[in-house]
Amino acid sequence: MTGEYVTVMLFELVGEFAEDKNKAKEIREGTILPAIEEGRLVVLDFDKVNSATQSFIHALISEAMRRKGASALDFLRFKNCNSIVREIISIVVEYMQAPPQSHNGNGG
Amino acid sequence: MKIHFPNSAFLGNIDPFLKSIDASNPDCLEITFNNRWVSAHPLTLSMVASLGLSLRQRNARITCEPIVAPSRNYLIRMGLFDFLGQDPGATVTAREPAGRFIPLTNITDDRELSRFIQELAPLLHLDKHPEQADAIKYVVSELVRNVLEHASSSTGSVVCAQYFNKTNRVSIGVADAGAGILTTISKAHEVASDVEALKLALTPGVTGTTARPGGTEANAGAGLFFVKSIAKINREFFLIYSGNAAYKLKKTPAGKRIALFGEPDRDAHSMMQGLPYWQGTAVGIDIALGQTQSFQQLLAMIRDVYRLDSARDKMKTKLRRATFI
Repeated sequence: MTGEYVTVMLFELVGEFAEDKNKAKEIREGTILPAIEEGRLVVLDFDKVNSATQSFIHALISEAMRRKGASALDFLRFKNCNSIVREIISIVVEYMQAPPQSHNGNGG
Repeated sequence: MKIHFPNSAFLGNIDPFLKSIDASNPDCLEITFNNRWVSAHPLTLSMVASLGLSLRQRNARITCEPIVAPSRNYLIRMGLFDFLGQDPGATVTAREPAGRFIPLTNITDDRELSRFIQELAPLLHLDKHPEQADAIKYVVSELVRNVLEHASSSTGSVVCAQYFNKTNRVSIGVADAGAGILTTISKAHEVASDVEALKLALTPGVTGTTARPGGTEANAGAGLFFVKSIAKINREFFLIYSGNAAYKLKKTPAGKRIALFGEPDRDAHSMMQGLPYWQGTAVGIDIALGQTQSFQQLLAMIRDVYRLDSARDKMKTKLRRATFI
């Protein structure tokens, strides 16, 4: 890690209810993935964000975890999360490391 | 198609309404009403409005029997006849809908959805119920986004909601006239029937965008499972209807411990098969405002479902946690 970091203020981008997956994609593609590739820390600041959907958090961080595995978490910090946002982030972080296996997909 | 609005069609007793739909001629729509009273779940209104939009786009014929029941004004205010392009034979003075209902609304893109969600809580006067407001916003966001992302619906999504004072609950209906669950989920999974498709769609980790565990960068296949779980923790109904099948989550009786399951078969439910064909997907859900389980408790239970499911496989390494600062 370079020691440099970038902060994303979520409320300013998505408001108090974080559900807009297109905005999540913009943040992911425009900030999170490039910063991680450069070895920089990303601080996702959820100050004033009251709630989020699992789909939003998934769109925000899952690709980083898919590319880097759990070590992507070395580059991510989640700041000012209330209990609901924290729980949703934890769900996504956990299932990205151990996805559900209970279905019968045909593509492996 | 022929659709008759009975005197009562809520999620608990909606089966006759669904079975009575005459889907024999999909190129026209004929609507009739119970003469004495029509009291209907928002799901039914969203379905008919969505169908009306789709048919009007194709310049198909829509006829609407003059409605004489006193509930006509309610249907007018919900905007049903506007969606059907029909004259209801009366006008009502539009009142501010705040506190009672959200009229039928057509959502076709992300901006409209975001705006709708912002207006949703004030319209339903949910300021005293912030957790339930979050649950309702969550439900609408996930259901409408499903339509926008997966349904290939040329008319987008139709949504409406109603607060029922007597039961202190909000009922929500979301419908589209798109590809339907079977077509969507078949893109990534081998599925033989609408029943099987519905079960897969409700299973966490299953998405129509990939068969890969963990989903894609945009989809994890968890949205409908979360929505069903919100209904379950509220001890309320949830129904999803697509193609020839409908899955209905039954109410969990008061006093019975609530458990969430990844497999929809394990929930107390009914699976209706051989229903009149619904081109698209329709979802109805009730959310009690007086419920005691918090949204955070729900999330903790959902997290346990994922943990159990993973443990069942071969996950022996310790999972890393996110760093909260």
